[in-house]
Amino acid sequence: MTLFCANGRGDSLVVEGRVVSPKQGIDTALRITVTDGLISAIEPAGASGLVVSPAFIDPHVHLRSPGREDEETLRSGTEAAAAGGYCAILAMPNTDPVVDSAAVLGALVERAREEARVPIGFMAAISKGQHGEELTEMVELAATGAAAFTDDGRPVESAGLMRRALQYSALAKLPLALHCEEPSLSRGGHAHEGEVSAELGLGAYPSAAESVMVERDLALAGGEDRQIHLMHLSAHESVAALDLALAKGFSATAEVTPHHLVLTDEAVRSLDPNMKMNPPLRSEQDRAALLDALRRGTISCIATDHAPHARHEKDVPFEEAPFGVTGLETAFAALYTHLVIPGELSLETLLERMSGGPARIFSLDEPRIEVGARANLVVLDLDTEWTVTEEGFRSLSANSWLLGETLRGRVVQTVADGRVVFGA
Amino acid sequence: MTMSELRPPSPPRRHLLSIRDLDRADVERILDTARALTASLQREVKKLPTLRGRTVVNLFYESSTRTLASFELAAKRLSADTMSLRSAGSSVDKGESLKDTALTLAAYDPDVIIVRHPSIGAPWLVARYTGAHVVNAGDGKHQHPTQALLDLHTMREVLGRLEGLQVAIVGDVLHSRVARSLVEALGLVGAEALLVGPPTLLPRGIEALGCAVSTDIGDIADADVVYVLRMQAERMGPGEAFVPSLREYTALYGIGPDRVRSGQVVMHPGPMNRGIEIDARVADSDAALVTDQVRSGLVVRMAILYDLLTVAPVEAPVHAGMA
Repeated sequence: MTLFCANGRGDSLVVEGRVVSPKQGIDTALRITVTDGLISAIEPAGASGLVVSPAFIDPHVHLRSPGREDEETLRSGTEAAAAGGYCAILAMPNTDPVVDSAAVLGALVERAREEARVPIGFMAAISKGQHGEELTEMVELAATGAAAFTDDGRPVESAGLMRRALQYSALAKLPLALHCEEPSLSRGGHAHEGEVSAELGLGAYPSAAESVMVERDLALAGGEDRQIHLMHLSAHESVAALDLALAKGFSATAEVTPHHLVLTDEAVRSLDPNMKMNPPLRSEQDRAALLDALRRGTISCIATDHAPHARHEKDVPFEEAPFGVTGLETAFAALYTHLVIPGELSLETLLERMSGGPARIFSLDEPRIEVGARANLVVLDLDTEWTVTEEGFRSLSANSWLLGETLRGRVVQTVADGRVVFGA
Repeated sequence: MTMSELRPPSPPRRHLLSIRDLDRADVERILDTARALTASLQREVKKLPTLRGRTVVNLFYESSTRTLASFELAAKRLSADTMSLRSAGSSVDKGESLKDTALTLAAYDPDVIIVRHPSIGAPWLVARYTGAHVVNAGDGKHQHPTQALLDLHTMREVLGRLEGLQVAIVGDVLHSRVARSLVEALGLVGAEALLVGPPTLLPRGIEALGCAVSTDIGDIADADVVYVLRMQAERMGPGEAFVPSLREYTALYGIGPDRVRSGQVVMHPGPMNRGIEIDARVADSDAALVTDQVRSGLVVRMAILYDLLTVAPVEAPVHAGMA
């Protein structure tokens, strides 16, 4: 058991629309009956303006709890997830304290059972305190319910510790999710190294800072015959390294964020601190390579890297602002508007990479539309336009890269683990 | 006939945050004003009543001698009231955010706030939270537009033209807001910029500003102006060593008498490291325009204040920064 949620009985409801479930080969108008949380009937239906799909899974969310409950709580974060169409999310362990012991993890699991509207899986740290020196007690953490291990927010700087983590985590039977960043190359960096950083004078964070670490970790994982998951890839060189490793037969997976699929470092010219993320927004060549890898399936999953920050922390000059943006409540609409409508990505691929893709990487139950399955559904209205505003968020933070933008496509209803968590 | 007579005057700007805020007509109007003001400074009584009753605030978060002094003096010569706030000894020391400091100052209704700050974009933030005209007196490694304008004024007065001038900018371009502003300003007036320095101090992609780039000091030979950047010793710390030693830097890129061709002029934004980026014999030669630059700083900053305050401002949104 790796997902935790406030208990509740399954709901009974009927949803109807164009059902799109690419892995199951479904794309037709259907009426789905849910009884006590389980799909009890699937019948042909008439045409409708709505799309129904397996609900989304976000494998990369910062819930900021414990420690920064002013920025996000398990409750607010899962309400945001529900509004974004998610039926499960994985939370990062870079909290205060760090999720590096069974005691901290156990307390979070208890809180999730009280507060979580949508099931949460908790990743635990690779190293104690995320200091990159000693491994955490991975077996005990796994027994307490950890979903995976990561030091996200910072890299595992030491190659020696990384290799040991790969070896030892085999005992815990959980994957390692890696934030790839070579600190001696990224230090002082605030934006992608290129024309924009050169013109603005911003400290450069070159693509190599990510790709050399991707190459190192792929080499180590290949040598240990262990699977790794590469988080929030941003550079075309990283995609090339992953392609090469996969061609050699290594098992590695990767995720990409909506902002890296839509924006480039041109957005940094505004000096808007909501355009500051780690890894940074890169060039059009990088964006195109990421999108291509997502289409091909080399990158099989979309992750928001939802990173809430307090208003006062982002209301400062660009270089003083922390890295990170929110994304749970805007991911689908942003990608539908910016990629699907212009024809850069099919709706089917988008839905698959937001649902089945992440489920398979982390061995979670894949949301399916079939009789007898637990209902995990999202109902989408592809024709509605809406404007992203600070006031509209369920998240406690509003540091969105989409503020003020009008998007098309909206989540109408979310059913997670058999319960209606968003919409009527 | 001057250039400005050839084209209609463009609307004055509300702020001076970046060279990008200006067009060629703006630059020429400001430089013409500076030239006119130079005459006033020859008089026995140097003060002009132009800005009587106006308030100019200097908000300096970084140490500065010549920029702060020349802005203060420029405001006083135009009869404005001035006030200078430095980060040390103010509430900034107590952890006040830039936003709150800006809001506090705005409550006194100053006409102009001149901002120097170590963070890129800080003057835009001040512009967003105050009703004052904001002048960027240097934001991190980004922009220092008043320095670029005083450098253009110096070149125009000494060399008699800007159009077609070749300017070689030598040294630590990576950390230089002076270089970034100057390259853009030279582009506006039809002059050409060449950046010369070691590969580790030339930011990748800087050609996009519209300049040429070289690592060969020999390429400065064709320049009309050799503009020497300060080599900052703090760039030499552990883990931050962009060049192996100052000795090797000076050997490769230091501007000594052998590297200055007859007819070339040499400029430096100050403060100079004699013996590092510039040899004392060059700094003290007739080719060096360093004191002309300081003198230009006063009249150009007077011209900028005059330009912002004496013509009805056009309300335009702040288009870079956190608008």
